[in-house]
Amino acid sequence: MAILIDSDTRVLVTGLTGRIGSFHAQDMMDHGTNVVGGVTPGKGGTTHLGLPVFNTVKGAVAETGAELVVSFVPPPFAADSIMEAADAGIKTCVCIADGIPAADMIRVKRYMRRYKSDRRMRLIGPNCAGIITPGQAFAGLMPPHIYMPGRIGIVGRSGTLGYEAASQLKARGIGVSSSIGIGGDPINGSSFRDILELFEADPDTDAVVMVGEIGGPQEAEAAAYIQSTMTKPVAAYVAGLSAPKGRRMGHAGAIVSAFGESAQEKVEILKESGVTIVPTPSAFAQSVAQMLN
Amino acid sequence: MDIHEYQAKELLKRFGVQVPRGGIAYSPEQAVYRASELSGDKWVVKAQIHSGARGKAGGVRICASEEEVCDAAAWMLGRKLVTHQTGPQGKLVSRLYVEEATAIAQEIYLGFVMDRKLERVVVVASAQGGMEIEEISANEPDSIIRSVVDPAVGMQAFQAREIAFSLGLEPPLIAQAAKTIMGCYALMSDMDANMVEVNPMVVTRAGEIVALDAKISFDDNALYRRPEISELRDKSQEDPRETFAEDRGLSYIGLEGEIGCIVNGAGLAMATLDMIKMAGGDPANFLDVGGGASPERVLMSFQAVLNDPKVEAILVNIFAGINRCDWIAEGVVRAVRELDLDLPIVVRLSGTNVDEGRKLLAESGLAVIAADTLAEAADKVVTAWKDARYKEAS
Repeated sequence: MAILIDSDTRVLVTGLTGRIGSFHAQDMMDHGTNVVGGVTPGKGGTTHLGLPVFNTVKGAVAETGAELVVSFVPPPFAADSIMEAADAGIKTCVCIADGIPAADMIRVKRYMRRYKSDRRMRLIGPNCAGIITPGQAFAGLMPPHIYMPGRIGIVGRSGTLGYEAASQLKARGIGVSSSIGIGGDPINGSSFRDILELFEADPDTDAVVMVGEIGGPQEAEAAAYIQSTMTKPVAAYVAGLSAPKGRRMGHAGAIVSAFGESAQEKVEILKESGVTIVPTPSAFAQSVAQMLN
Repeated sequence: MDIHEYQAKELLKRFGVQVPRGGIAYSPEQAVYRASELSGDKWVVKAQIHSGARGKAGGVRICASEEEVCDAAAWMLGRKLVTHQTGPQGKLVSRLYVEEATAIAQEIYLGFVMDRKLERVVVVASAQGGMEIEEISANEPDSIIRSVVDPAVGMQAFQAREIAFSLGLEPPLIAQAAKTIMGCYALMSDMDANMVEVNPMVVTRAGEIVALDAKISFDDNALYRRPEISELRDKSQEDPRETFAEDRGLSYIGLEGEIGCIVNGAGLAMATLDMIKMAGGDPANFLDVGGGASPERVLMSFQAVLNDPKVEAILVNIFAGINRCDWIAEGVVRAVRELDLDLPIVVRLSGTNVDEGRKLLAESGLAVIAADTLAEAADKVVTAWKDARYKEAS
């Protein structure tokens, strides 16, 4: 099934009745996603886009058997919506909101640990474009037509840079098994390593493209995992070679504040771990093609 | 968002942390008045800028007479202080803080940060205060004490006591040190700070614990729920190019080069800067127009980029997911016409409604250079920029 989502996954949209939630929920359905309902507190019992609306995630899960939540809830309320999904027994939550306070995310991560690992929710994002298994389903706001179904996994912090990679691969006739946006925030749900583990175990994925950027320890952590455990080849690009130290480059997490967080240092660490380096953001397809040969 | 030292101290005081007495001054006369208000025979005049290492730049002076206070204030006010944190352009001093001098027995470093790996608040302390934490970790790594806060319950008193004892403080000082540490943590968590640094926290000769200098920075994402913190913003400490863009809801970072950039998405914007560098150019800015950008927003982005007089060429790079290439193109056409632009502009459009967008640009009859890929766009803008420079020179 590739990873995290396929055409059978029962998807629940929180913030469904908002302008953004409505727009993307419709787009998701138009591209084969099995959206089973939405949640907007106070609008339970109504229908929207032909979908049943519930007051609570628990209520929606009981009625629809939803497994995946995609949250279009605005930043001030997003942390609460993630915790509600975790408590309702949701398997995967994709959070789109850009601008959640870091202290809220610290609380969310702590809260999720109260569940045993076998029923702990997997959080993707926040501040991400979402997840897609091309040709089957997606949860988020990416343009699905730029992805061709295939056997290369993509994991990245940036939405648009992930689009760049996917469309270059498509132009070269290389397809994607799943593409996962882990988001640009300093404290996020799933790390590069978490997603690499899923791709490593996925029989439908042959190789992985990783799209990293400056700031934080997660690329280095991924490098250690790739070197010690991963059998599938990985190609990586790290954005921000020209970013000055101490400046936040758009993403809340894209800031060089410690040793090992600059693009150059991350490239070196990845290279030493046997990763194929994508030298420029125009060379995704070329590097992957070379790696596969 | 950063705040000034005097603002940080006011906040700390509210959370039970002892700070020296002092007052704010906007003129030498006011500085003298503040000194006389404080009484005593020694004062410190401190330039209020958003930067550390002010002392080395002449921004902190100990004065023993009212004349010295007046001279120090006159020298600092209106001056741009350059430190390793301000960049070469420096930061303007328009406020001073006049403080009673403190007799120091010991200097301690105390910092609170959000650790990205642990995803928790970590307290860092060292008995080797006074120097920056980078220097301490390079020179005295063994002196560094760390304590991790469990977000489920917040910082506990025993942790603060442990830190105080590990710092080697005398027993009578432990309670006051612990209170200081707990106060800083409470400020951080109640006010959504992402960094609190008291360096130095000093033991005075009179046997008290005092925060002698303080730096606090706040989580921009949480300012919506901290209106009193938002009010502390001092725009005079920001790059005016960035203030202009931020006031219009654009994500913009000013850089040093000549090629202006308008891109959607933070990652793609960073990658575009990298490509310009690799093509032999130098980017003037980072700018993310965001999702669903209207023609007006694109026009505004052009204004933000052109606010920088160094800009000699512009690259627009859009990979439209939730954006629409036709809207972007419309914005480019409007910008060229309404702002009467005659510098080279390269536009690369990809994604949603790309054909409509390209058609709009082609039919506009404007001298906008089209590119299909990111590499081509970077090459074209650098070439066009060099050509324009050459023409200018010849």
